[in-house]
Amino acid sequence: MAAISLLQVILVVLGGPLLLGLMRKVRCRMEGRIGPPIRQPLLDLRKLARRERTRPEHASWVFPLAPVVLVASSLVIVIIAPLLATDPAFGWSADLFAVVFLLLLGSVFLALGGLDTGTAFGGMGASRAMTIGALAEPALLVAILALSVPARSSNLPAIITRSLAHPAWLATPQRVLALVAFVIVIIAEAGRLPVDNPTTHLELTMIHEAMILEYAGPDLALVKLGESMRLVVLFTLLANLFVPWGIATAPGPSHLAIALVATAGKVALLGAALAAFEVTVAKLRLFRVPELMAGAFVLAILAVLSALVVP
Amino acid sequence: MTGALLVGTALIGLAAALAGAAAPVRFRIGLSTALTIGACGFGLIVGADVLRSGHPAEVHTSALMPLSGFSLALDRFGALFVVITAVVGICAMIFRVGYTGHGLSSRTASCILPLFVTTLLLIPAASNVTTFLFLWELMAVTSLFLVLTDHAHRSEVQVAGQWYAVMTQFGAAALILGLVLLATRSGSQSFAVIAVKSSHLPVWVRSTAFALALVGFGSKAGAVPLHVWLPRAHPEAPGPVSALMSAAMVNLGVYGIVRVGMGLLGGGPTWWWLLVMAVGALSAMFGSLHSATSKDLKRLLAYSTTDNVGLMLLGVGASGLFASTGHRTLALVALVAALLHVVFHAVFKGSLFLSASSVQQATGSTDLDGLGGLLNRMPVSGTVFLVGGLAIAALPPFCGFVSEWLLLQSMLHGLPSSDVTIAVAMPIGVGVLALTGGLTAFTFAKAIGIGLLGLPRTERAEQATEVRPSMWTGAGVLATLCLVFGVAPFLVLPAVVDAAGNVTRLHLTEPLNHGWQIGLPGVRGMLAPGLLALGLVICGALVCLARRLVERSPVRLAEAWGCGRELQTARMEYTATSFGEPLTRVFEDVLNPSHDIDVSHIAESRYYTEAAVIHTSLDDAFERRVYRPADRGLQRWGAIARRIPNGSVHRYLAFGLVALIIVLVVLA
Repeated sequence: MAAISLLQVILVVLGGPLLLGLMRKVRCRMEGRIGPPIRQPLLDLRKLARRERTRPEHASWVFPLAPVVLVASSLVIVIIAPLLATDPAFGWSADLFAVVFLLLLGSVFLALGGLDTGTAFGGMGASRAMTIGALAEPALLVAILALSVPARSSNLPAIITRSLAHPAWLATPQRVLALVAFVIVIIAEAGRLPVDNPTTHLELTMIHEAMILEYAGPDLALVKLGESMRLVVLFTLLANLFVPWGIATAPGPSHLAIALVATAGKVALLGAALAAFEVTVAKLRLFRVPELMAGAFVLAILAVLSALVVP
Repeated sequence: MTGALLVGTALIGLAAALAGAAAPVRFRIGLSTALTIGACGFGLIVGADVLRSGHPAEVHTSALMPLSGFSLALDRFGALFVVITAVVGICAMIFRVGYTGHGLSSRTASCILPLFVTTLLLIPAASNVTTFLFLWELMAVTSLFLVLTDHAHRSEVQVAGQWYAVMTQFGAAALILGLVLLATRSGSQSFAVIAVKSSHLPVWVRSTAFALALVGFGSKAGAVPLHVWLPRAHPEAPGPVSALMSAAMVNLGVYGIVRVGMGLLGGGPTWWWLLVMAVGALSAMFGSLHSATSKDLKRLLAYSTTDNVGLMLLGVGASGLFASTGHRTLALVALVAALLHVVFHAVFKGSLFLSASSVQQATGSTDLDGLGGLLNRMPVSGTVFLVGGLAIAALPPFCGFVSEWLLLQSMLHGLPSSDVTIAVAMPIGVGVLALTGGLTAFTFAKAIGIGLLGLPRTERAEQATEVRPSMWTGAGVLATLCLVFGVAPFLVLPAVVDAAGNVTRLHLTEPLNHGWQIGLPGVRGMLAPGLLALGLVICGALVCLARRLVERSPVRLAEAWGCGRELQTARMEYTATSFGEPLTRVFEDVLNPSHDIDVSHIAESRYYTEAAVIHTSLDDAFERRVYRPADRGLQRWGAIARRIPNGSVHRYLAFGLVALIIVLVVLA
């Protein structure tokens, strides 16, 4: 249904920056600071949108294209994925593997944008981000497999509908294992602590920030928006896959209103939890990250295998 | 009618070879290239006709080869490969017109290249053992000559040629043994008769024949551990030849495994297919890891071919496994996924190899650490490489995405299964697929980002200009197909389903594609590549529009941030080596990187460095652990054996006598 998709787009575009604001607020409060208002990232986006766009002298057309691809690929996911209701427009095409490859499209283009600057930092960020991305991929896809096997489909609405119909299935070991693997991968994909520190100011420790160092003005706004949209999408999918209650299964404004409140609540809760977790951990050394990813991969494999033991 | 076209293909190919050998220099390339394109055109027509109608194209003549006769019969399965070869061949030949490197315009090369293309076109049609082996050997020998075209100028070419010759002949020997065993045991040379009688053969004959075929075809496909010739031969071969080898010849290895395993032997026990899957998984991981850390563009592409062949074998193995456990629909779907990957791999690897050769011609090098900034200097070839790279990394809306999705689906729906083998093999298969997927994205972010973007790292790269139109046309056609097939896979999917059904004798109850969408029978949810592409374009356009609307001033060109340094130079840039460094460290145990640093000091004082040179290298573990020791052992044995014949006639007479006595004793 087109209306649902439209609503999802509006909510994610606005909600992404707000989620980042909320996470920042939680973090500040736990560290004993007041922190900026929750809507600050939205204000930042407005500020950036009015600034001048710059482009490194040697860059090609890939550099300005990268933020567009990042946001466009996120938008496509937001349109088709069941974030608020199980039947968004083109929900039948919302394949979990397709979602993963769309996310990868954005990541690859961002890395290409970083390399296009021709600076040391761009290359450094791109290299690190792609390394982590390459190692997160197996854990992510096998975790998806663990979720798809019982539903006999990798279609997102199909998996969620099946979870709603069989609530006991949510407490099985395979779900718990897949959940842990998913969470680790999401932290890595979203570039949060302990994999990457999004607030670092030292170029040498940067991963994601080093890649986007040369973007300015509306381009930077797009990159920031794209990142926050990806974070919301990943959180919402996590929430809907593992705690699906609240999602609208039938058409009608009342169902959607409930879904809106429930989803916003779940995502806010996840964001607050991640922010609280981030206060307590330090960034891992880059070469310890593969161990984390390997751990997630093993958990995901165990999830699939236990799916065979505990049907 | 179609049989005549098949004969036409062969005759025009021979005419092209003759023209290459005998025509005056002025017309040599033009004429032989035009005739080769003609042969490919005939191949395309006959292949397309067989695919459409399902009637095999048959030619049989006993005049050409004694005893067996020369016999061609092109069925739907073979026709798929003929069509792939024809398309790649046409594009490579168009490319070749402008390509001047590597001595490909010499008389020998102009004569042999058409022969090579023609054998590639005819092999899938061979329908008896002798014809097949004859054409197979012809392909091996002609491709060896083509790898060696530039041998006079560079010594690496000779080494590459030696590796290739040994591996290809080793494979051919295994193949001859396997096929002859089948032919003698079933009492006929003809593939059709073998296919009927093979089910009555003893188990050991079937298994031995399959294992030998796997070795023979695996060495041609570049599967691990028989892949060692690929990363050596591909960088040294002329551009169009490496494209043909990687996009057309390697496919025939997969063709052979499927033809023998599923066609002639009609499937087999579970362990065959687990073996194929294991080889595929190993090839995929090993190839993708090495291509992720290679810094030579063509070497990277060669390892990526091993990676992709691994994915195809993974699909073939999964298909055989499903068939041997009674999952007939899934068996067909997995084979379709593998064959679809063959088609798409030909398209994107062809465009990648051809555009990499354009880069080589424009800059004189394929060392990524010396390239950079080429997208601005070679806009068309650069874009072609970019498209090919995105397609091979399985990113929507390009074609690699569709075949990998289908492969993932077939493995997913093998679960949950009552069969323990499948239950364990499939998650591992998905894990391998995912790891190689991630590594491939890494590899091509590197190849595109370091090779085409940023600042040029050498003078030659700085001064590179776009290559001749014929070169980028040839590569561009294939790149366009990457996008077309990625958006509208229904253009090829039904043909691939027919081809797979033809060799496995299975069929689907309902088609895989529903209009533009792809979905598995009885499964909720579908893949809509066209819809995703449309969504990406519309959303991208809207985002661009929004950016344009909020923008208050035009884009300003600015210097990049260099921590306060004034001048941005290419020496500050990341190189392919540094890009791959984190991954090299993560997989240190497999890649075994080595580096040594030479520091020379100023004569006056040891405390000042004059120059420092670092050499880094990555070993191929199989080369180090398997081939080098084997080579040393052979050399040692040879040294011992050389001592025996010392030139004395008496000694030789004694050898003869001893041999005679032994024979007599044995016979008695």
